[in-house]
Amino acid sequence: MSGFNPLNAKITRRRVASLALGAGALLAARPVFAAEDSWTDLKEEIFGDQPILDGTDWVRLEAPYRAHDAAVVPIDIAALRPQEKDRFIKTITLVIDENPAPVAAVFHLGKSIGLASLSTRVRVNAYSHVRAIAEANDGQLYMVSRFVKASGGCSAPATKDPDEALASMGKMKLRQFSAPASATATKPAMSELREAQIMIRHPNHSGLQMDQLTRYFVPAHYVSDIEVRQGDEVILAVEGAISLSEDPSIRFHYLPNGSSQINVVIEDTEDQVFTKSWDIESAQSGS
Amino acid sequence: MIRLILIALLLLSQSAAHAAEVAPAEVIEVAPGAFVRQGVHALIDKSNAGGIANIGFVIGEESIAVIDSGGSFLDGARLRAAIRLRSDLPIRYVINTHVHPDHIFGNAAFLQDAPSFIGHRDLARAMQARGAHYLEANKLLLDPAAFDGTEVIPPSQVVETQSVLDLGGRRLILDAHQTAHTDADLTVLDETTGTLWTGDLLFQKHLPVVDGRLKGWLEVMDKLEALPAARAVPGHGPVSLPWPEALAPQRAYLTKLAADLRGLIAEGKTMRHASGQAGQSEKDKWLLFEEFNTRNATAGFAELEWE
Repeated sequence: MSGFNPLNAKITRRRVASLALGAGALLAARPVFAAEDSWTDLKEEIFGDQPILDGTDWVRLEAPYRAHDAAVVPIDIAALRPQEKDRFIKTITLVIDENPAPVAAVFHLGKSIGLASLSTRVRVNAYSHVRAIAEANDGQLYMVSRFVKASGGCSAPATKDPDEALASMGKMKLRQFSAPASATATKPAMSELREAQIMIRHPNHSGLQMDQLTRYFVPAHYVSDIEVRQGDEVILAVEGAISLSEDPSIRFHYLPNGSSQINVVIEDTEDQVFTKSWDIESAQSGS
Repeated sequence: MIRLILIALLLLSQSAAHAAEVAPAEVIEVAPGAFVRQGVHALIDKSNAGGIANIGFVIGEESIAVIDSGGSFLDGARLRAAIRLRSDLPIRYVINTHVHPDHIFGNAAFLQDAPSFIGHRDLARAMQARGAHYLEANKLLLDPAAFDGTEVIPPSQVVETQSVLDLGGRRLILDAHQTAHTDADLTVLDETTGTLWTGDLLFQKHLPVVDGRLKGWLEVMDKLEALPAARAVPGHGPVSLPWPEALAPQRAYLTKLAADLRGLIAEGKTMRHASGQAGQSEKDKWLLFEEFNTRNATAGFAELEWE
């Protein structure tokens, strides 16, 4: 994607990719039940020796106690304070310890996001800790986590309707909400806060499925970058990976900057680029 | 040499004795020559050896077809023992109505019969996408005595849209459907007795489970309703139900779930919120509601949000 270079994304992207590859090779060895020490190694791989503090003053992570549907587990990250000029969250990394590719996504938050609350959907393969690690503007990391039980014996983190997923790949939808459901801020400037959701049709294929005839793994094919702007200004840039569910969806906030359009560019691992723009609806007419 | 032969014979008789030790499944003859083993209304666990689905067999004049093989090697072996109590005809077909482990994990128990394994045109793809995960997950849920020997065996013969199997004086009509309960649902109509084996396109008592498309499922139910059957064998529930009246409770639930979801989507609720709300009014009408309603609402939300 030309022009996609927000907020140091490239460095982290290499990290996401290498983790995905490394873990894929170890798939067979990964236990279904969470190993206590998974995080110790993961933390080192993803964040090196940076200290990570308790994040309960910054964000709340909401996830179902069980991955009812292993392929689509809704995750809400609720920011407990608005983004302020001298105190804000720069990035949020979503990690599912026991998944074959534990880093589900890295969200790079633009200045106009207003509130760092995000909702998305992930695959959860096994009993696992799910973590959100927020990086503050001063570089300090803060973490919150939840434990999610695996689904039962007959749910799998697989695409429900592969033909449909391929046939409509790249189709996008922007939902615009009239009143933010999760707005907790009371400051006057926040009264303008808007909420929207970008959805894209994509199989987000994990590449971890073996072709039974050839014994080769089917190549991964997933959404690697999502960039949402109002006018030219980046609201949100997301590095995705295979733990995001099929038909990736991200719900987010933004403070209107006067632009008339939301512009979205999405890129996948086969270098397909999907773009679409929508007129920003007035605050009263949202869906 | 003689000693070696004796040892070989001894081993052979021991393995035969081992096979004979498998207690035959209890089956009910729902129509002449059509037998069903009722699954318990529970999640797969050690106490049930994976035997949670209705599975069974149809005996023709020349051969036998198994319709779903059960939730583990042991579950399949028990079904096979029940067949052998009743007939020595060859087991020529093992039909899998869809990819879920409680319906396909007994396949390996029939390998000794060298049957054709039969499934929907997309069953192999579904097995490829899910098989490894199912094996890993269910190995932990089951005792080795039940799970050992369990394999994912893809179809050797697929149904594109419709196929007919002849068991000798008895035809089975197999229909492959669009994505509904799953992306590879197959139904079997035993023409002779008017018995429709729905696989998991029909649930009763046990809450229906959406693992495909909610809207697709409602459409398929309308098509099934027109089939000339006297009774249905649902994938979960009683072994035999009057047709097409049996569709009513499931249709009511899925319709209510879809209506609730559409309302919550229009209100701008999140998936996590909506999945805890939709369908709740149906709670007292079903077993295993807590286990599956949130899952259904989650899958349905992701589908209907695109409308």
